Amino acid sequence: MASFLTIRIGFFLAIRQVHRASIWTTSLIIFVMVLTFLNLVVVSGILVGLIQGAVDQARFEFTSDVIISAPDDKQYIENSPNLLALMRSFPEVQAVSGRYGSGAVLEANYKTRKETEKRNTANAQIFGIDPAQEDAVTHLSESVTEGDYLLPTDYDQVIIGQFLLSQYVPVDDPNFAALDNVGVGSKIRITVGDVTREVTVKGIIKSKVDALTRNMFMVDSQFRSMIGRNDGNVAQISVLLRPGTDPALVRDKLKQSGVDGYAKVQTYVDAQPQFLKDIINTFNMLGTVFSSMGLVVASITIFIVVFINAITRRKYIGIMKGIGIDGSAIRMSYVFQSAFYALLGSAIGLLLVYGFLVPFIDEHPIDFPFSDGILVAPVDETLFRVGLLVFSTIIAGYIPAWMIIRKNTLDSILGRN
Amino acid sequence: MKILKHAREKSGRAKRRRTEDFSPACFRILLAHNSMIEVKKLVKTFKNGSVETRVLKGIDFAVSDGEFIAIMGRSGAGKSTFLYQMSLLDEPTSGDVLVDGHSTREMTDAEEVIFRLQKFGYVFQDYALLPDLTAIENVALPLLMQNLISIEAYKKADDALTKMGLGHRLYNLPSQLSGGEQQRVSIARAIAHNPKVLFADEPTANLDNESSALIMDIFKRLHKEGQTIIMVTHEIQYAKRADRVVKFDDGKIISIEQQTIE
Repeated sequence: MASFLTIRIGFFLAIRQVHRASIWTTSLIIFVMVLTFLNLVVVSGILVGLIQGAVDQARFEFTSDVIISAPDDKQYIENSPNLLALMRSFPEVQAVSGRYGSGAVLEANYKTRKETEKRNTANAQIFGIDPAQEDAVTHLSESVTEGDYLLPTDYDQVIIGQFLLSQYVPVDDPNFAALDNVGVGSKIRITVGDVTREVTVKGIIKSKVDALTRNMFMVDSQFRSMIGRNDGNVAQISVLLRPGTDPALVRDKLKQSGVDGYAKVQTYVDAQPQFLKDIINTFNMLGTVFSSMGLVVASITIFIVVFINAITRRKYIGIMKGIGIDGSAIRMSYVFQSAFYALLGSAIGLLLVYGFLVPFIDEHPIDFPFSDGILVAPVDETLFRVGLLVFSTIIAGYIPAWMIIRKNTLDSILGRN
Repeated sequence: MKILKHAREKSGRAKRRRTEDFSPACFRILLAHNSMIEVKKLVKTFKNGSVETRVLKGIDFAVSDGEFIAIMGRSGAGKSTFLYQMSLLDEPTSGDVLVDGHSTREMTDAEEVIFRLQKFGYVFQDYALLPDLTAIENVALPLLMQNLISIEAYKKADDALTKMGLGHRLYNLPSQLSGGEQQRVSIARAIAHNPKVLFADEPTANLDNESSALIMDIFKRLHKEGQTIIMVTHEIQYAKRADRVVKFDDGKIISIEQQTIE
């Protein structure tokens, strides 16, 4: 049991041992602890951030904070104009965009195709949008990297997701047909139900969000005439909330208003597909596994460091015991030294993570194939990992010290085995 | 005790040496005195695999308060082993060591540590200073362990080092001191807490003649001040400064030489 006296003596010894140890040895140990800390925090943070990046992008570019969609048995939301008006009346709501939607068949190269050749078609969802409102909610114009974004006055013009165009599809996927030789200014034919219309590609959307890259957008007034809808009932409403507003609060408010009687009301989290939720859980588990391995490596490192330190100092440990220094005070000195290395390593690691890595990766996300990965390092989880690291390091420092200190005092002094 | 008092009273006079045959009768006389340390039937055996070596073969001995004992003998005679058993740095195979009449046989390791801290001081052949601590920190450490506040511990350590002539070396690390200076730091550490007994295991073995003489002068001074000292030495000229010279051979005391200082 550690008394105040043993803590005091342990601290006295630890400070002097650390202070007078070789600067290179101390630096090396701290460097190992920093790497261990980064291994604990950054590896799992990147794994989670990879998915979080995808989630954030889907939220930022398509679903926004709250998404209201047609029930499964309908293609539109009843009373959409009233619902849109209701949404705009909420003080928490910053912007709202209604989308008409329908499945369509796209066809390209129909003018040059010979009779014997297969038609060049692709299936896609077409959304009819108010370009200004949609841009206010999902910043869609920022994703148009070739050509131009839609204007409300555009006639028979579309913007099209990159993966509907074969030149942007990295590998041939038999499940997803794409249009050949289509770029900005190309004419394509779109068929919705019985209505076919020729349109011009005004812009190409490049993004890592499938809802954008595998679909097409046109001005809502044009699209309404294609689907013959004049009642203003849309298929989806994306709602951007004011910063700091909890989407779940608005969702619950809408449900209390009875909106969920005729539409699906979801936050961006609710709207995540199940596979994405599974991937998030999987990556969280992987992160935990890697963190645990990092923790074991850190513990073994400290164990070896303290063990070698204690072995080489065995004679002095014996002398201390000989002159009456309590074994628990000597053990305490190793505990303090271990804690010092772990805390300093963690402190430097924290500085690196929050002072450099998180802001840097936020500014320059890692370009993964399906998301712009960020570094997710919530402060509470990071502090928990610091605690875990310090705790395991202390244990790893205590055990070898205990092993050496319990040896016979005189044998230690005389260097006998 | 009478013998010892008598010896001290006569200190400063010419030395007169008297050799006594070692016999049980002699022990009875000695044990009859009020002994500070009493060793009873002390046996120490070392085991190396199946080989057993009996290094101490049933020693009886007693040390009185204020005595200066020199232990001599050939290498391997058992003198250092005897010192370690008496000073509770090692545990005898059988027998007992009584300090102030209290048996140490049943003491736990923790009790022995406290006992060593409070009652004993140690001077080792190789100085045994802690390399990470300065001279004053080396001396202050056991005092801090006795729960003295820092200022008091450092003051006592300063006094002890100054007494050893090292007032100018307080903040030097052992590696920055000569062998003689290190040994004086070691003595300062051993006496700073006013131990009942100072044990010294060949304190001059690693020193040149000048430093050795200085160390022995310090021992002499401490003895004059009433410090009980038990010292193992190879060197007869230093052993002559003791009240008694105990000679060891083959794990047994073969003679006790009473020296009277005139």
